[in-house]
Amino acid sequence: MKFISALLLAMMLVAPAAAETVLIRDGRVVTNGAAGTIENGDVLIIDGRISAVGANIAAPRGARVVEAQGRYVTAGAFAAMSEIGLSEISGSGAQNDANVEGALVAASADAGRAFNPGVTAIAVTRMEGVTRAAIAPSSTATMFGGRGALVSLDGGDDSVFRQSAFMVVELGEVGARRTGGSRAAVWPAFEAALRDAREYPGRYRSGQGGAVLNELDAAALQPFARGQGLFLVHVENAADIRRLIRFKRANPSMRFAIHGGAEAWQVAEDLARADIPVIVDPLSNLPDRMERLSARLDNAALLHAAGVTVAIAPAPGTVDAHQARLVLQLAGNAVANGMPWDAAFSAVSRTPAEIFGVGAQIGRLERNYLADVVIWDGDPLQVTSAPTAVFIEGAEQPLVSRQTRLRDRYNPVRRATQP
Amino acid sequence: MRSTLHPFVALVASLALAACATTPTTEDEADDGPLPFASTYTPRPSTPTLIRGATVFDGNGAELAGADVLMQDGRIVSVGAGLSAPEGATIIDGAGRFVTPGIIDAHSHLGVYPSPSISATSDGNEATQPNTAEVWAEHSVWPQDPGFLRAVAGGITTLHVLPGSANLFGGRGVTLRPVLGARTVQEMKFPDAPHSLKMACGENPARVYGGRNSSPSTGMGNVAGYRQAFINARRYARQLESAENGEGEPPDRDLEMETLAGVLNGDILLQWHCYRADEMANAIEISHEFDFEIAAFHHAVEAYKITDLLVREDICAAMWADWWGFKIEAYDGIRENIPFVHAGGGCAIVHSDSEVGIQRLNQEAAKALADGRRAGVEITRAEAWTWLSRNPARALHIDEETGTLEAGRRADVVVWSADPLSSYAVAERVYIDGALIYERGALVDPPSDFELGQTYRERAQ
Repeated sequence: MKFISALLLAMMLVAPAAAETVLIRDGRVVTNGAAGTIENGDVLIIDGRISAVGANIAAPRGARVVEAQGRYVTAGAFAAMSEIGLSEISGSGAQNDANVEGALVAASADAGRAFNPGVTAIAVTRMEGVTRAAIAPSSTATMFGGRGALVSLDGGDDSVFRQSAFMVVELGEVGARRTGGSRAAVWPAFEAALRDAREYPGRYRSGQGGAVLNELDAAALQPFARGQGLFLVHVENAADIRRLIRFKRANPSMRFAIHGGAEAWQVAEDLARADIPVIVDPLSNLPDRMERLSARLDNAALLHAAGVTVAIAPAPGTVDAHQARLVLQLAGNAVANGMPWDAAFSAVSRTPAEIFGVGAQIGRLERNYLADVVIWDGDPLQVTSAPTAVFIEGAEQPLVSRQTRLRDRYNPVRRATQP
Repeated sequence: MRSTLHPFVALVASLALAACATTPTTEDEADDGPLPFASTYTPRPSTPTLIRGATVFDGNGAELAGADVLMQDGRIVSVGAGLSAPEGATIIDGAGRFVTPGIIDAHSHLGVYPSPSISATSDGNEATQPNTAEVWAEHSVWPQDPGFLRAVAGGITTLHVLPGSANLFGGRGVTLRPVLGARTVQEMKFPDAPHSLKMACGENPARVYGGRNSSPSTGMGNVAGYRQAFINARRYARQLESAENGEGEPPDRDLEMETLAGVLNGDILLQWHCYRADEMANAIEISHEFDFEIAAFHHAVEAYKITDLLVREDICAAMWADWWGFKIEAYDGIRENIPFVHAGGGCAIVHSDSEVGIQRLNQEAAKALADGRRAGVEITRAEAWTWLSRNPARALHIDEETGTLEAGRRADVVVWSADPLSSYAVAERVYIDGALIYERGALVDPPSDFELGQTYRERAQ
């Protein structure tokens, strides 16, 4: 509850000062909620929130009316894992705040305090219908990847709407590599770290210090170790996932979601029973690591069919700062491989919001939800589709980016028609 | 830009002639042996196949509704309405389905960077010196790479496997058929397809060697490295030519020089990794200085800025639909790169450079098509398919063999469940040389030995 009120406070801070009243009329409204998809539906936006959704809503006085002409109207997409805002250019020796080196900071690394809403990628990504993202560092020196944050892509000063939303922890091959080279070290180290965190600050003030964590990391880890925050666990193979399920059974107060989970389909029913959501990459079908030997294209569909909560994002190792816009293509590929459309669209909008604890505010077109609304020129999961309008908290976003400026400068069609 | 389909014959024949013209030695006699590493590819058995009543993209930019496609003896016989089936033909119902030429990926590292990706299998960059024109990618190709099956399932019928881009001269690339079950790379080699030479512009060579405090460490170091190598190669080629004409001794065989000389005489195609417009222009200058041709720029993130140059020089651009920002030389990537090159009259190619991307190049073309249309470029979906088959075939000099559904071409054909320029279409049937190589859902065992019998995998059955 505490974080909800903090969230509400943050929401108030970022609400546009003078949000328009907008009525989007006659769309194919994908509510992501109980009302399902409403043909010829309307969406009324007042003060940055959804005021009403349904058929034949009367336009309030002064409302701007946007005719959707039967097009898809959906909640904005939510990139369930990204490094957007953590670099302008990720390579080439340019500053990249997703990479945390050295022993000083790992669990305490804080993506929300590195995020830059001014990066070029924000406008590039937003104009393709992605309005929210979960961000985290890509690597640290330990099994703890640091604290992730939830961000809006409206480019505003207050884009980070939830700090410390989750703690990334590596409990598979990557975790092994950072923990003495072996899985045999991973779980003992993880459990020791949790003890250090739970006993913070006592054992540090007494001079005893931590068994494995420095004071900074112990402090950062404490709320998560006490069940007050979500661990986003990178594991891929079925054996590691089973270990996580057993651990959760023994520690029911702790909260986990999985990122990766290439072999999760093998333990789908156990995951459903343990209520552990999985963020999968529907393109992850290669045995490219020993922990992904049975990766398959219908992983998302199989998990969904078994009742697992499924979100969609690039696999660990392929998360980047520039292509969060491709989550919709990923979801389309999940559909091509058997996932129902509604579940796949939810997996890149509503479900990430729910996994990260903001599902009461974001991810649906329902009354009182934040008005992140996108109108599309086609099926949003089709690679050929693009938004014709994007609203974030009721404010219409320009469909302009550095890329469209370059496009317009070099467009051969436009140049040919110029005098 | 055309050249013979026999890249080595000329060079090795000239060496052989030279050997005959001088006093034979044991070493020279060795040069008279058969061409090493020749293709042993043979088409799989096929039956005559008639696909009836499909929407067909012919690979030359035309779309035919309700058309039939007839394949026999490994070749396209005819495309049109109301074709009759030869005796014993397999009839495929094309209703609601789409038929296209197989996709050709002009830029792949399958086999040289296979799955699983571990240090021992990282086999695509001989990053030990900036000029390794002597190495051949095919000698690193692992035919058991599970990626080949995934590529075929995405409609790939031909792929060009290149060394990586760590070096100025990365080595020779090879054109392969992803026939499943091949035991050797020779069994995959596209018959008579020319080799390529992979060169690399820009950040990668400068970073790799600059990081070792050796040359090149800058863009100017890159260019000096290219030019010096071609100066040396020209000398080598001239010595060869002179010896062939009975003047003087041939030079000692030198694998590096053989590759570069092959570029100078047009037998080896130049595939040049180059992102930026200005660097592509520099590359063109070098091609003029040493009088060779560039088959294609690869990645060519800024091709849209110099479409006129590419058209003038008859150089293809092999591009991603939308990759950008991962390094500074990719900062100006735009979604309209492919359609703008197309609109300018250029030879646009959709390539993957990725074991994931190669599985759905049709979706990349679909994105480029849609983004181009939004920018005002008029493109039909059948024209967009030329980016996936005819144009890469051109850049690989196999366009008289494959890339379109013209009569007589190799029957490299994909039957799609729906319009392939979409997210939801899947390849249902993939034919290579008229033989059904892949049928969706029909595989019992994984074709790669690597995947056979893995405990985890078998549980999937």
